[in-house]
Amino acid sequence: MTMTTTNDMIAASPARRRFGGGDLIGLAIILLVAVIGYFLFPNNLALLTRIIAAALLVLSLDLVTGYCGVATLGHAALFGAGAYAAGIASAHYGINDPLAMLAFGIVAGAVAGLVCGVVILRAHGLPQLVLSIALIHLFHEFANKASSWTGGSDGLSGIAPTALLGLYEFDLWGRTAYVFGVVLLAIVFLLLRLIVRSPFGMLCRGIKEDPVRIRSMGASPKIALTKMYVISGAVAGVGGALNAISTQVVGLDSLSFNMSAESLVMLVLGGTGSLFGALTGTVVFMFFEDVVSAANPFHWLTMVGALLIAVVLFAPKGLYGTAAALVARRREAK
Amino acid sequence: MQPIFEVRNLKRAFGGLAVTNDVSLSMAPGDRVALIGPNGAGKTTFVNLVTGNLRPDSGEVRIAGEPVTGVDAIGRVRRGLVRSFQVTRLFADMTPAEHVALAVLQRDGRAGRLFGNFLGMPDVMVEVQELLGKLGLKELMHRKVSEIAYGQQRLLELAVALALKPKVLLLDEPAAGVPQSDTGRIEQALADLPADLAVLMIEHDMDLVFRFAKRVIVLAAGAIIFDGSPSDVTKDPRVREAYLGSYANASHAA
Repeated sequence: MTMTTTNDMIAASPARRRFGGGDLIGLAIILLVAVIGYFLFPNNLALLTRIIAAALLVLSLDLVTGYCGVATLGHAALFGAGAYAAGIASAHYGINDPLAMLAFGIVAGAVAGLVCGVVILRAHGLPQLVLSIALIHLFHEFANKASSWTGGSDGLSGIAPTALLGLYEFDLWGRTAYVFGVVLLAIVFLLLRLIVRSPFGMLCRGIKEDPVRIRSMGASPKIALTKMYVISGAVAGVGGALNAISTQVVGLDSLSFNMSAESLVMLVLGGTGSLFGALTGTVVFMFFEDVVSAANPFHWLTMVGALLIAVVLFAPKGLYGTAAALVARRREAK
Repeated sequence: MQPIFEVRNLKRAFGGLAVTNDVSLSMAPGDRVALIGPNGAGKTTFVNLVTGNLRPDSGEVRIAGEPVTGVDAIGRVRRGLVRSFQVTRLFADMTPAEHVALAVLQRDGRAGRLFGNFLGMPDVMVEVQELLGKLGLKELMHRKVSEIAYGQQRLLELAVALALKPKVLLLDEPAAGVPQSDTGRIEQALADLPADLAVLMIEHDMDLVFRFAKRVIVLAAGAIIFDGSPSDVTKDPRVREAYLGSYANASHAA
């Protein structure tokens, strides 16, 4: 077969057509939702920025759980590491440039990802889950005890980011932080779209389905998963740093078991193994939580629980996953 | 010719029971060898020992002259010892094209790349299409594996193994579970395997063994009791006693 013919077939393949379009559509949707959010909730941009930070954590979790099949209830450790690193850089070392703080967050998240990956990947199934819980408790306790650095249970304060690019001050209304968050989310989303479609992404999907088969192809699942954990840590670190920069305080809740569990709930709600699923789950969960807790402060947790039960029972692939499956079935029927 | 694959005095016991008992064999490039034996003869243990999934008590395994006894399963694949599985182990949500591309990329050390997609890599796609074309799977290359027939999945197993460009190929019952109507396609694929590839096939289907193999090794109670030509295997009294009795008698009667 000639190269020209091959290229024609590649260009004509349905998978190829889907790919580039998906990136742009995804980016357009993120930006559209961000703009709508900006105009609908001009006085609540802090909530929207918090949602973006959580979305980065859930995307990060999706990389290891959705794409690689790793069970974890300790993923906030990576997020918290990023948040504390960015916060400590500012509060203790006077590194107040938001981009430098972001870099600290990314590196700390990646290092935390490496540490967690090395430990968690030694086990499978339930023992893996237990290891992840142990890790988040260790991280939490470490941050609590190292109070001279982290502020302990009082939280880390004194974070004072300077103007973004020397031009945009972090204002009281949270506009700069919100735009900064949207840009970060868009960049991370595009990078992750590239990664999940890359040979490495394909390798990880293979590992999720059958690590024995991957070994028989000469690849090491453990090395690949550790690498994915580091990438995941960097993404969670972006979320953590964004949280530290936008709220200018870092609390112990940013590396809590509760946050880890909530991020898993958001992922399952949206649908695992899909970046769109992770984003959908985060937005729906956090909005639902915010609206319902304001409407009924006494029974809001019951309502959140009811929503989750309904989704798990009637849309087991998650909100996005089920919708995508329905659309695909309709297309096939045509 | 220097052997491409050697097993020397391989031993493994479980709780005092010798499951692999002083097994030695040697294969040259292009060999077509069938390994047969009754249930419990130790074929699975032997496969696990040579592929590095199980450590031997003693003995040695060599690939292209290099001792690999201390090398793990992944290292042995990278040195050219590739196996297929008795029960298909494919990725249900991935396409045949993705399977073969992943094998090609892994073989070339490119499976860890974070950017780019194999559909945009002409060299990979040429190989994917050639391999799948040879095995009659080209039309299905973008379908999910869960949507293709079992016989086609068996062929894809073979395609994945071949994409790794092995020196030695271990085929574990390549036609197991395949409907009669599809076995011809698999036999053709086996006949078309690269001429310089050493193939060791573990198989129960004696008709397939006799059509495919130029040499038959019989394993019984963990030891090799016969190593010779297919025409002699049914005449060997130890083989008749251990394994082939009814088949040999039947073929003689016929």
